[in-house]
Amino acid sequence: MHDYSVARLVRGLREKQFSSVELTECFLRRVAEQDRHYNSFISVDEAAALEAAAAADQRIGRGEGGILAGVPIAHKDIFCTRGLRTSCGSRMLDNFVPPYDATLIQRCNRDGAVILGKTNMDEFAMGSSNENSFYGPVKNPWDTSLVPGGSSGGSAAAVAARLAPAATGTDTGGSIRQPAAFCGITGLKPTYGRVSRLGMVAFASSLDQAGPMARSAEDCALLLNVMAGHDPLDSTSSEVEPVDYTAGLENSLEGLRIGLPKEYFGEGLDPATGECIQAALGELEALGATLVELSLPHTELTIPTYYVIAPAEASTNLSRYDGVRYGYRCENPADLYDLYTRTREEGFGDEVKRRILVGTYALSAGYYDAYYKKAQQVRRLIKQDFTDGFEQVDVIAGPTTPGPAFPIGAKADDPVAMYLEDVYTLAVNLAGLPGMSVPAGFVGGRPVGLQLIGRHFEEARLLNVAHRYQQATDWHLQAPAAVTGGQP
Amino acid sequence: MAIEQDEIEKIAALARIRISDDQIVQVTRRISEILHMVDQLQAVDTSQVEPLANPLDATQRLRPDQVTEDNRRDAFQAIAPAVENGLYLVPKVIE
Repeated sequence: MHDYSVARLVRGLREKQFSSVELTECFLRRVAEQDRHYNSFISVDEAAALEAAAAADQRIGRGEGGILAGVPIAHKDIFCTRGLRTSCGSRMLDNFVPPYDATLIQRCNRDGAVILGKTNMDEFAMGSSNENSFYGPVKNPWDTSLVPGGSSGGSAAAVAARLAPAATGTDTGGSIRQPAAFCGITGLKPTYGRVSRLGMVAFASSLDQAGPMARSAEDCALLLNVMAGHDPLDSTSSEVEPVDYTAGLENSLEGLRIGLPKEYFGEGLDPATGECIQAALGELEALGATLVELSLPHTELTIPTYYVIAPAEASTNLSRYDGVRYGYRCENPADLYDLYTRTREEGFGDEVKRRILVGTYALSAGYYDAYYKKAQQVRRLIKQDFTDGFEQVDVIAGPTTPGPAFPIGAKADDPVAMYLEDVYTLAVNLAGLPGMSVPAGFVGGRPVGLQLIGRHFEEARLLNVAHRYQQATDWHLQAPAAVTGGQP
Repeated sequence: MAIEQDEIEKIAALARIRISDDQIVQVTRRISEILHMVDQLQAVDTSQVEPLANPLDATQRLRPDQVTEDNRRDAFQAIAPAVENGLYLVPKVIE
């Protein structure tokens, strides 16, 4: 059962081929036996999972429950789960047990999905390698000496290792797409505001967005159907009505115009990765699409723009961790100032502290116009690049990352080198667009991701392109050797 | 641009983060590298460009000023490091 798609699991549950309890036991066992190789989970509550599974079985028996009824889902440990520790990968929240559910969790629970566990991540979602977790690095199931990508690295690794049929993630600058690419799975970052941010620990509020991570586009569509929708409690949640994301999966790609930004294929792109992407584009052409070269001239500026805006917003959001209302508090504070400064020194890891400091600097008196306002102005230019591009094409495609997964430790001591990893993914968040990563081959046994970018609220079109591509290829069906029988 | 150590100390105080003496040189160097990278922005002419705060150019949605939430003070205080009589405890501020 562990190798079944979500679509296949849904059918099996409906047709009573197996129960949710059996299914949940199967995945809990896999996590218990195998996750020591990957460290992809932070918290698992087996009793609560089995209780939810039994309840789902009853609902299915009565002919009730939603599309995901009885399906175990792993949730990134950034989503508040009532009564279940939500650490956000940080010592600061190591003892935090939320008194409420995030809207996304509520929607999945209401549908009947089972919470399999909470997945490891870079602390406060800040990182591209999952090395910044208080709970230790996650390892890539394709080769445990490699990073799984970040920040949703635990979710990506769990799905790739078949420890969970699907997972949730969040993406502020590539944190769903990059780990999806590195772990050979399919991940979708929806349009900004498509999925509620309520109860999702905030990093950079004008960029953060939650989305599904699974093995296929079809499975992502099933999950997005449950996740998407307006939430009156999130003031940035969109009132645009979601569609049925599975309805158009089979649409023909005949006449589809796909734009290839020349900036995404320049120097900096690993040649072997580039070859995989070219082969994938050839496949899409064979399916009826037309390839059009275009330019996103401000691509190079996405890194400095992002690394002003995201830290600035983070410094504001993370000011709430004060050692007073919840979370970590230092021992024996001498006075209030000591309480704040030592709690934050001890509770936050190095990368989080760096970003808070950069953000505080960018927002401080005398520097605001030169940094934060300037970055917001360039952000508009970056968005305009896409507006212009989407006048010529329906979808933009390119590599998700400049190269495949790198070894654990390779870039850990060089923040700027790590930031360059995000060069193809950041613009999508700055412009608020939907973006996907789809498995598109291997370089030396390491997965490569094809990135698809759509117009605002055109998630269905991305899923359609990805699904047709996955019907013509089998990259998304490949499993790491540890899953197919070898040793991890 | 390069940033001096005393400036980092000032920023850290604003951000309420203590930086130990053995860390300060390293932190200053890292932040300088990051600021150097983001300085590319200064070369862009943005004189005619409006800042973009929300990617969809959306503005804050308003709602009637009515209480819609239950009072869950006890649940929220149950997870606080130190409370007494419904109040959050911190070190003494006023002698």
